[in-house]
Amino acid sequence: MTVVIAGAAETDEVGKLPHHSTLQLHLEAARNALADAGMTIHDIDGVATVGTPGPVQIAHALGITPAWLDGTGVGGSSFLFHVRHAAAAVRAGLCRTVLITHGESGRSRVGAGRFGMGPDSLLGQFELPYGVVGPPTSFTITALRYMKETGLTHEQLAEVAVAQRRWANLNPRAMFRDLITVDDVFASRMVAYPFHLLECCLVTDGGGALIVTTEDRARRTPVYLLGSGESAEAPMISQMEDFTTSKGFRLSGEAAFTEAKIDHGDVDHLMVYDAFAHVPLYGLEDLGFVGRGEAGAFIAEGHTSPGGRLPLNTNGGGLSYTHTGMYGMFAIQESVRQLRGEAAAQVPGVEVSVVLGNGGMFASAATLVLANRLP
Amino acid sequence: MKPAPKPTPETQPFWDGTAAGELRIQRCRACERHYFYPRPNCPRCGGDQVEWVRASGRATLYSYVINHRPAPGFADEAPYAIAVVELEEGVRMMTNIVGVENVPDKLPLDMELRVVFEQRGDVHVPLFEPAGGAR
Repeated sequence: MTVVIAGAAETDEVGKLPHHSTLQLHLEAARNALADAGMTIHDIDGVATVGTPGPVQIAHALGITPAWLDGTGVGGSSFLFHVRHAAAAVRAGLCRTVLITHGESGRSRVGAGRFGMGPDSLLGQFELPYGVVGPPTSFTITALRYMKETGLTHEQLAEVAVAQRRWANLNPRAMFRDLITVDDVFASRMVAYPFHLLECCLVTDGGGALIVTTEDRARRTPVYLLGSGESAEAPMISQMEDFTTSKGFRLSGEAAFTEAKIDHGDVDHLMVYDAFAHVPLYGLEDLGFVGRGEAGAFIAEGHTSPGGRLPLNTNGGGLSYTHTGMYGMFAIQESVRQLRGEAAAQVPGVEVSVVLGNGGMFASAATLVLANRLP
Repeated sequence: MKPAPKPTPETQPFWDGTAAGELRIQRCRACERHYFYPRPNCPRCGGDQVEWVRASGRATLYSYVINHRPAPGFADEAPYAIAVVELEEGVRMMTNIVGVENVPDKLPLDMELRVVFEQRGDVHVPLFEPAGGAR
């Protein structure tokens, strides 16, 4: 049974949306995705989403009585997990058509969940006492070890942001569009050495939604799910096995490539979750597109930039396009647009696109292999 | 005020150790490996015959960032390093590095460190300083 993405859309706008609550962002994205699919709420019998407000409220707010729910909440990768779980559910006949929504008032914090972990939580006992201030001071902590082990330079780390800005420059919806240089990155404020502001993701408001079903139920040209994988590593970054490679990236990627029966030469387009500039480097290496320690030079040489042989993060990514907090939904949306030939910075002839999602700080990971044709 | 951890039943022996000036971690009797963070079973072999032992307190600097946006209680120290150290016993933990200026030149990876303890409310948290003492 062939599983497809039969509808995909983001909120009308992404960026700074103080007049939208978290719930409104979910609902607007859901309505847009239904319209994109040529469907109504009556076609939907499965609902998946994460966090506030959760699948019960999303289903109820839309007027859907679900026969299947998934509230998997493992960070920004969750929506890739939802796609994988939805595929299994429709194949198993647990439901027919699943709506996956994301909405996050990450910047304006309207109707948003509270941050913070108690002093008796794992992080409260073993990380927060050391002055951690969210992801910029902990997700980043692997980079110096990676640099020492692989020889990655500060310039090459900055080049990740420079390369992605070239894509954002072509995308009118991107929050930051002006081209930048390595010197611009170095001149931006130091957030957490070795990371400057321009090597850290945006914080925005926005949402997106997907409709996953079987091919026979799709009402528009579908995007095929050829393969998927999921895994997890550690709940605290200090416990990550090896600071130079992500186990979740490796395992989810291997599973997705194996199921899809593709190899790297088949991939025309790649999205790698980029909360910080080092994450795409791990993604390129851990998915096997380049060898260990080669990703920095690969990006600096322009291979992932417009015109390069492996277009990467073509919406501008979390670094330049948008990053609500759980960015994975936007990575999937860009893959779908590229496969449909509808992207702002369209890459010619994309037939197979891979999306790698990160959750937490290298804590969870999922990979999707999407295509606009069956092999 | 800097955040103070609140012990839970499975972590209490760790915090009892730090209060006594000892860094205590767990060790699996079956596979003879040390592990951290505190939990009632060995994450390698799954065994539950585990014991608390005193770590030597010797460690090396595995990786770090230098945070320029201080957390509450850390304003006087900013920018300050948030580090992950590897204990001689092979386990890693997050910490701060004291007794040395927190600048990249003074914090080469793999430098040798030793544990010290800082009181936070009712709890003592393990910090690390250069093995030769404060510089």
